[in-house]
Amino acid sequence: MIEAVGLTKRYGAKTAVHNLSFQVRPGTVTGFLGPNGSGKSTTMRMILGLDRPTSGHVTIGGHPFRGLPNAPRQVGALLDAKAVHGGRSARSHLLSLAQLAGIPARRVDEVLGVVGLQQVAKQRSKGFSLGMGQRLGIAAALLGDPQVLLFDEPVNGLDPEGILWVRNLMKQLAAEGRTVFVSSHLMSEMAVTAEHLIVIGRGQLLADMSVKDFISHNSADFARVRAPGTDPAQREKLTSALTEAGGQVLPEPDGALRVTGLPLPRISEVAHEADVRLWELSPHQASLEEAYMRMTQGAVDYRSTADQKAGLQPAVPPGYAPPPVIPDVPQQGWYAPPPPGQNPYAAGPPQAPVHPPLGSDAVRQPDPQAPARPAPRPPAAPPVPQAPDTPAAPTTPEDAR
Amino acid sequence: MTTPYQQQPHAPQAPGPQLGTYTSPIAQRRPGFGDALASEWTKIRSVRSTIWTLGVLVVLMLGLGLLFAVLLRANDRGETNTPVLVFGAFGVLLGSICVITLGVLTISSEYGTGMIRTTLTACPSRGRILAAKSVVFFLISFVIVTAGATLVAILQTAMVPDGPRPTSGDWLRATVGVGFYIAMLGLLSLAVGALIRHSAGAITIMIGVVLLPLVLAMFMFTASLSGLRDFLMAYSIPSQLIALYGDQLSTPGPSGWESLGIITGITAVALGGAFVSLNSRDV
Repeated sequence: MIEAVGLTKRYGAKTAVHNLSFQVRPGTVTGFLGPNGSGKSTTMRMILGLDRPTSGHVTIGGHPFRGLPNAPRQVGALLDAKAVHGGRSARSHLLSLAQLAGIPARRVDEVLGVVGLQQVAKQRSKGFSLGMGQRLGIAAALLGDPQVLLFDEPVNGLDPEGILWVRNLMKQLAAEGRTVFVSSHLMSEMAVTAEHLIVIGRGQLLADMSVKDFISHNSADFARVRAPGTDPAQREKLTSALTEAGGQVLPEPDGALRVTGLPLPRISEVAHEADVRLWELSPHQASLEEAYMRMTQGAVDYRSTADQKAGLQPAVPPGYAPPPVIPDVPQQGWYAPPPPGQNPYAAGPPQAPVHPPLGSDAVRQPDPQAPARPAPRPPAAPPVPQAPDTPAAPTTPEDAR
Repeated sequence: MTTPYQQQPHAPQAPGPQLGTYTSPIAQRRPGFGDALASEWTKIRSVRSTIWTLGVLVVLMLGLGLLFAVLLRANDRGETNTPVLVFGAFGVLLGSICVITLGVLTISSEYGTGMIRTTLTACPSRGRILAAKSVVFFLISFVIVTAGATLVAILQTAMVPDGPRPTSGDWLRATVGVGFYIAMLGLLSLAVGALIRHSAGAITIMIGVVLLPLVLAMFMFTASLSGLRDFLMAYSIPSQLIALYGDQLSTPGPSGWESLGIITGITAVALGGAFVSLNSRDV
């Protein structure tokens, strides 16, 4: 049982974690999600007493970590796979930790077997791959056979077999009645590993609920509707009919329509009344990744922009038109808005299109070099902010995975 | 954007043991200082830097000691009555750089690699870690420097027949005393390493501490600085070391066992600072 109350950490003017309160209960795997720099690792370090909170406190089983009687037998942690002295062999590393914690030396060989590193136990850990380093870190966490386990990004660098192993290990540890707290970026991984989620963004709590609740709270299911691709007029007609019927319609780049707010039978009826044939009418359930992306889209600190390569390109020969660029970065503002009152972040960033929508003349004009260019965003043009205000060429979340 | 997520009140906790329901079948035993000593011993002997620095230390001490003995034997010493044992000081002075390096690395390598977080997760008591490192490092360097200094002293007194014979007190200071002094200097480096947390920075500072006062004193020509110059000449670390051998670079300096008191005092203050720093700073 880990309990944080009003946890706050400031580094000078920057607040890494702000007023964070949560509980991690035994018996389940609790996932800890958040964008890069959202304060996950800082929180983990505060749980372990490595960093002192500016205010608030965090306890493990009712004690602060540094006040725990026999801490290494109650808490095990993998913070960073590279947090070992590279010149020391895997076995010496674990042996020194076991001796420090008063654990019998034969336990070292046991955990080396558990993580599958017996073959390289005598080798210096400098030569280990990231995946082997993760296994060594997991071995160190398991050394004391503790009741509370913390893992920071445990599957980084592991091969598919290793990922499966970690997933089963987490579940097994939780099933034994331990508290397992795992941070990860990999949504697909969390969806199958964790039962409970704690989501933070910019150091604040965004959600503390079960995975099932999280997905249903933060995702609107949608229907994909496709009018015959040969006739754009049909699509226009269908769009206006669906909008009139009260649905929200978003076009997808391949010509399909994403419809929310209307049940499938109703969409079929509307299409029938409008006299439009349908090539596709399919229900889509949002994934954890989608739900997560939408929840945290306002809390992302490090967002990539398009690589403009301005000034580095050779002059475009006359008459040459580069192929159209379709960005595959998930576009902000694409996901349907969450239910009101659920997520304070999603409503924050500007959602309304600032630039004219795709296909209008305003985007095409300012490029004297290639007037006939079909690309929506000419590479040599002044940087157009990729996000959050460009609704151009939205991508399906399936592509973003 | 500033309104945080409103948390639903949690269901009351089920009664039961505080720390979940899992109990390890491995017998519980509270670790103590002895366990930390064993752990630090494993750490220090399982990295190559220990072998390298201590190997170079032994080569420097014995090599330079032997070289001086051969040179003194081959050349007429004339009328000087410099005690024979002093000629061991050069090897020790150069070798002290190895001890400084090992002392700094003993703790700063943990910061450099991030190992310190793993260590402090396995043992939340900072004081125990610092004390165990200090004891293990001090004993290793004390034993090796004392053994090396004894060997050199025996060689030199055997190979250089003329000159005043050292007394038993001289012998003790030139062997055990030198071993203690150099090990304490290494311990001071360990404390500086814990304060600076950066290997190269801490080693540079310590080499500066050893060499700079004497070098500065050499350039203080003006009369107004003569007081400071004499003080630096007398109390710089090489001067203190030579005083242990029974010779003096300048007259009002330390003599006999006084050097050990000076270095122990400085090291105690630095270790106290390192303890406070470890306890209060984020890792």
